[in-house]
Amino acid sequence: MNNIFVYCEVEDGHVADVSQELLTKGRALANELNCKLEAVAVGTDLKGIEKQIIPYGVDVLHIADDKRLYPYQTLPHTSVVVNLFKQEKPQIALMGASSIGRDLGPRVSSALHSGLTADCTSLVIGDHFDRKQDKKYDNLLYQIRPAFGGNIIATIINPDCRPQMATVREGVMKKEILDPKYKGKVVNLDVSKYVSDEDFVVEIIERHVEKSKINIKGAPIVVAGGYGVGSKENFNLLYELAEVLGGEVGASRAAVDAGYAVHDRQIGQTGVTVRPKLYIACGISGQIQHRAGMEESAQIIAINTDPEAPINAIADYVITGDVAEVIPKMIKYYKKNTK
Amino acid sequence: MKTYNIIVLAKQVPDTRNVGKDAMKADGTINRAALPAIFNPEDLNALEQALRIKDKFPGSTVRILTMGPGRAADIIREGLFRGADGGILLTDRAFAGSDTLATSYALAQAMKKIGDVDLIIAGRQAIDGDTAQVGPQVAEKLGMLQVTYIEEVLELKDKTITMKRRLENGVETVRCQLPLVMTVNGSAPDCRARNAKRIMKYKHAKTVTELQKENEDYTHMYNERPDLNIPEWTVNDIETDSSQLGLSGSPTKVKTVENVVLSAKDSKVITAADADIEAMMLELIESHTIG
Repeated sequence: MNNIFVYCEVEDGHVADVSQELLTKGRALANELNCKLEAVAVGTDLKGIEKQIIPYGVDVLHIADDKRLYPYQTLPHTSVVVNLFKQEKPQIALMGASSIGRDLGPRVSSALHSGLTADCTSLVIGDHFDRKQDKKYDNLLYQIRPAFGGNIIATIINPDCRPQMATVREGVMKKEILDPKYKGKVVNLDVSKYVSDEDFVVEIIERHVEKSKINIKGAPIVVAGGYGVGSKENFNLLYELAEVLGGEVGASRAAVDAGYAVHDRQIGQTGVTVRPKLYIACGISGQIQHRAGMEESAQIIAINTDPEAPINAIADYVITGDVAEVIPKMIKYYKKNTK
Repeated sequence: MKTYNIIVLAKQVPDTRNVGKDAMKADGTINRAALPAIFNPEDLNALEQALRIKDKFPGSTVRILTMGPGRAADIIREGLFRGADGGILLTDRAFAGSDTLATSYALAQAMKKIGDVDLIIAGRQAIDGDTAQVGPQVAEKLGMLQVTYIEEVLELKDKTITMKRRLENGVETVRCQLPLVMTVNGSAPDCRARNAKRIMKYKHAKTVTELQKENEDYTHMYNERPDLNIPEWTVNDIETDSSQLGLSGSPTKVKTVENVVLSAKDSKVITAADADIEAMMLELIESHTIG
């Protein structure tokens, strides 16, 4: 009762990164609220899956293991989660803002008449005073997200309905194992009590999962290069910086056309749209087509020899200088100031 | 031949690419009056999927259901110009301030009045919220199956439909039985353009409120051409529990809103000198942007 639940996505025997990230966040919130962290894993052949979940500080893991529960299908997974939540009455439920979480979350919230905030970028515990009702609410989940095409940041609360539900995109939170030997309880659910045969009405005929090797969309930090980088060789500096910061390398269309980077890395209107925490634009002038694909980045650094480059207008830091000189210094001072 | 009765859920959205300072009201809800309004892009993909089924199975009907202020009738006309057979505008002050759940409730109650349909098709998400919640929430409220992220209908044979889903990391082909709520991805084919003949035919399609506003005597035309009357449903036309409507019926509330000014950032202009670069890296580490 009144605990925090994280729905764990399991693909091919592995708990999804986004779920691990949410477990880490869930643990921190549970500490603050002085409640337990619980998790639910729904799928097939989940024996041993607790080894990937409990170390994040999970106190109770509910497992629904049935040969029909993988791959993910809307209705059976909804039934497991809805019935479990009715029984356990969590105060907070977190899911990945993934293809699965964005299919499951609204379904569950609708069934439980509970609010759901999509794509949160920050989750914080805080109080709320409702003037109309003259009522104070303690320890609500502040669901913070950009809204409106990224032009505003809204803090959403769910004062009265439980659970307070939120989805978060992969890469937004950090994953961190709490204790490899953490002691948590595993509860194996009697699946037939949660799911009915009528839930299995969708036949999955074919499924092709391809993990893209280049994941600039989900990268928290993107180091992007433009034509101004000058050569394919100079692009190696960008890879180096991305590696050190834990980010990915992107490119402008001009850089792709010049053969400095492959098309999969192209950012902009005709490429990928990214919203990383930090976008480092190297030798990119910043035409509107490029800006459309990155202007919602939380912070932007522009490195350019041209002090009048359009990208500078939307940058938080404008460095007037040569990419080949600036990047090695960024690497140096990052390493110096972190452990 | 089998025909299908299809409802497209569509939303008129503020064009988020042109957001001004007065875009938000003091209570944190969107000031729609201050923004240019457009047909939500993925709802147009949804409309195209519906129209393709109608093309293949003549006699099928495609109607648009939208909830919004009076001017949302624009997107029903837009739908008529592109090939829809009709539409219903769900409009009432009681719906104002709805979150996705309260919106879904109102739409689901309207669907109950419309009666049985074979397919409800919606865009995956609307650009003003990007939540992708209303489709699945309506499906749940109606006790219907949902299939999300549709890119293509591969086959429709009687009640059996086969579809291709576009997921983050791949594709999935699924088969199920109608009725169904389907949400359509932006990667699905674009909607066909407006048809000139249909523009001529439907440019006078109006809701009762619009007719009253114009105060012109077109009564005879609307009597002769019932297809020019866009039905307008208020809260009194559908069965509702008022505690589930609008701002008060919304579990989620907007606590605060902060503006993010994109165009005129206060940039810190620095040089490539070591001291400048180190100071910047320290700031980024301290703000947890990196590290």
